[in-house]
Amino acid sequence: MSTLNYDSVNEITEFFTRQAQPDYATQNAHIFKLDRRQFLKLTGIAGGGLMLGFALSRARAHADHVDFNPSGYIKIDSEGITLYAPNPEIGQGVKTSLPMIVAEELDADWTEIRVVQSEINPAAYGQQYAGGSTAIPSNYAKLRQAGATARAMLVQAAAEQWSVSPSTLSTELSQVLHAGTGQQLSYQELASMAATLPVPSSENVRLKDPKQFRLLGTRTTGVDNEALVRGEPLFGIDVSLPDMKYAIYQKCPAIGGTVQSANIEDIKKMRGVVDAFTLEGTGNGNDLLPGVAIIANSTWEAFQAKRALKIEWNETNAAKDSWSAARKEAARLAQEPATQIANNGDFDAAMSTGTATSRGFYEYHFVSHAPLEPQNCTAHYKGDSLELWAPTQTPSWAIPTAARLTGLEESQVTLHQMRCGGGFGRRLYNDFLFEAAAIARRSKNPVKLQWTREDDVRYDLFRAGGFHQMDGCVDDNGKVTGWRNRYIAFAPGGRPANSMSGGVFPGGLVENLRVEQTAINWAHRCAAWRAPGANVFAFVVQSFLDELAHAAQRDSLEVLLEVLGEPRSVGGGRRGRGMHTGRAVNVVKFAAEKAGWGKELPKSSGMGVAFYYSHAGHIAIVAEVSVGGEEDTVTNRSGENVIRRKLKVHNVTVASDVGPIINLSGAENQVEGSVIDALSTMMDLSITFENGRAEQTNFDKYRIMRASVSPAVEAHFIDTGEHSPTGLGEPVFPPLAPAVGNAIFAACGHRVRTLPISEEGFYLG
Amino acid sequence: MKINVNGATHDLGEINPRTPLLWVLRDHLSLFGTKYGCGISQCGACTVLLNGEAMKSCLYPVSAVGDAQVTTIEGVAAKDGTLTRLQQAWIDLDVAQCGYCQAGQIISAEALLRKNPTPTDDEIYAAMDPNLCRCGTYIRIHNAIKRVADENKSGQNGG
Repeated sequence: MSTLNYDSVNEITEFFTRQAQPDYATQNAHIFKLDRRQFLKLTGIAGGGLMLGFALSRARAHADHVDFNPSGYIKIDSEGITLYAPNPEIGQGVKTSLPMIVAEELDADWTEIRVVQSEINPAAYGQQYAGGSTAIPSNYAKLRQAGATARAMLVQAAAEQWSVSPSTLSTELSQVLHAGTGQQLSYQELASMAATLPVPSSENVRLKDPKQFRLLGTRTTGVDNEALVRGEPLFGIDVSLPDMKYAIYQKCPAIGGTVQSANIEDIKKMRGVVDAFTLEGTGNGNDLLPGVAIIANSTWEAFQAKRALKIEWNETNAAKDSWSAARKEAARLAQEPATQIANNGDFDAAMSTGTATSRGFYEYHFVSHAPLEPQNCTAHYKGDSLELWAPTQTPSWAIPTAARLTGLEESQVTLHQMRCGGGFGRRLYNDFLFEAAAIARRSKNPVKLQWTREDDVRYDLFRAGGFHQMDGCVDDNGKVTGWRNRYIAFAPGGRPANSMSGGVFPGGLVENLRVEQTAINWAHRCAAWRAPGANVFAFVVQSFLDELAHAAQRDSLEVLLEVLGEPRSVGGGRRGRGMHTGRAVNVVKFAAEKAGWGKELPKSSGMGVAFYYSHAGHIAIVAEVSVGGEEDTVTNRSGENVIRRKLKVHNVTVASDVGPIINLSGAENQVEGSVIDALSTMMDLSITFENGRAEQTNFDKYRIMRASVSPAVEAHFIDTGEHSPTGLGEPVFPPLAPAVGNAIFAACGHRVRTLPISEEGFYLG
Repeated sequence: MKINVNGATHDLGEINPRTPLLWVLRDHLSLFGTKYGCGISQCGACTVLLNGEAMKSCLYPVSAVGDAQVTTIEGVAAKDGTLTRLQQAWIDLDVAQCGYCQAGQIISAEALLRKNPTPTDDEIYAAMDPNLCRCGTYIRIHNAIKRVADENKSGQNGG
């Protein structure tokens, strides 16, 4: 078993898993406090406060004001209006949506604005990360405040210039207007004067009534769209520095193995190779694993040298993980009671009096994040400083470890956040960045570390697989009265990945409910993966609810609505982020109505419905599918014979309540993308392990869905005006798989209980 | 060795002739728009035009280029910087999420439309299936190509 320390990996994972399941914290109130402490310890940075950068040099004179910070979100100078996007862009659209919030309150002309990715500055921006679908909810209020404050100062400047009351002035498209005289001044003209004014305190700044929003809620195209279609260098992998060299790093294929010996001298003689050396590793599974580094004059020469490497690994303490052995163990564990996480009512009594029961064993495989841009980082070590350029989701958290690995102070480390070619949670972990820092320390030149795709998959921090023995019952009226979820998790480093709680659906909704958890020890690193926990639990619980509906011979939609019940908060929720059954029922009914639930469908077609609450988002999905006839028999990854059947997903109707929408185009894109990502993942994505090694390491065997099998996707948003906006990068993912699985059952009577469903013979056509 | 990329001839000196075109573009010519995704010709992020045909460059040895004209994403727009209608459709329909695959997607679409200005849905799928999008922007990619195809069909091609 691996002796790597996973504490740091697990802390990050658990932090983001709690974002997916806010109920987790409320059911265990002490955890939230602990979480806050861990968070600070993890990062070593305490930030926050209102930020407002405004005509920087002049405004510094007023730096005694408590609310003022000379680096922030807005700069107005001779070049125009610049807005700074603080959080990493990984495809979730925050480089556009966050500045939109500032621009709305500022009343700036969006078409004339320049948006710049901000530097890493905890004093100005607090924590800068992309994860947990938190960028919008955690920034919304302070970005509005920043925009409104700047607007108030510009209005005050104009009022003083014209000797009128500020209340007689209005703003529009980066202009201050005086209706009485028809005078107007641009923000640029007013900037220098505004910069000499005191920054008003927040209670003296009025925010807009959301009904007056002109920009928020519109379809606004991405600020980097033109640069992207021109192929301009935006991503981490595109960084190029004078005299830069190219590095690769070979680690043990079974994680945790160490270098016994390597043909370093032969490698050094290869054409294009500058240097090669062994690094020991720190024993921490989140920073530097042992391996051999090669520095070359080009990426391809580095790759060639990697192929020529001959390393004898010491695998005494390396992973011995075996998926097939884990499956056998899970089948055994499913028969035994496990540790009770929650036990409400009397499950056993409900089962003994229930009129119909259902029982199902669910299984889901490991998957890899596989962002399309393989991990990379450019690092320049100069003895007394380290400069890093990295596509990372947690730039704020990378600096302390990078400093430690290079023997520097944190103040000597600079990190530039680069656009990320996909994230999905992989880049919450900065192991690639730490490798680059450690390699750069041995190099006179700046180095760009490039992982191959095979490195990227093999050394991923995977979404853990898992197993659930589900049992439940309904009473005489067909009402769900008993529910037991016995969860067999994987535990890297002894701590279960994707830990379960009593709040997982239908916690608080079904009277007699028992949740049990046990775990299989595991060596490979597991981590947060888009909608952690929820991305697999939703499939299990929403599929099993459908099983119970069929056991009761009732309509699936009717049973789902009955379980949700009367409008109320369930579990309370943290920071107002709990699930509300009223919001849940609204989205379920809306999706069902839009999809035409109950309408006549062709033979071998069916509709399935599923709801899930995660990341403060209430999401319902209805999928319409058709299933082809039985074809040939094939052997699946687990060595079982299954009959192939073609699945076509025709329509996917998504109803989301995430409060008001910031950027409608971005929101629709997230819904479409989440549906396709979730469909791709449920169909055929699987990483299996034998002999401590991942068996799929590239897209030939890890087959991401192609365009031609895309369903039509309808995105609907419900905003009652009562809630503030929450994130949309993750919560649409979880309910897709059960909606499709339930539709398959409706179409052909086959209950899918395994992800990916190619394990049960289905393929997309 | 010399190759022609985006209308200009580049002398690559004593380069190893087996170097894949992808890495020549990126590391030697500083054309970073063409992306590395898998290295085994599976994902399409490295797609370029070779005499107008879509070609995955990650396994294509530079020595095989010969006299062929290579066009990368940087060479798609007109010399004066004017975007093609296809590129403009990509911007207007807000296709990209992370954007990493999109250069390869645009190149594949460009190759399709040069051969077949009015492709059907199935022809678009056939041409685009070699290009993976991990973010799942397939619907918008399809709609962007369709927009240009529809314009071509109705003759409103704006020159």
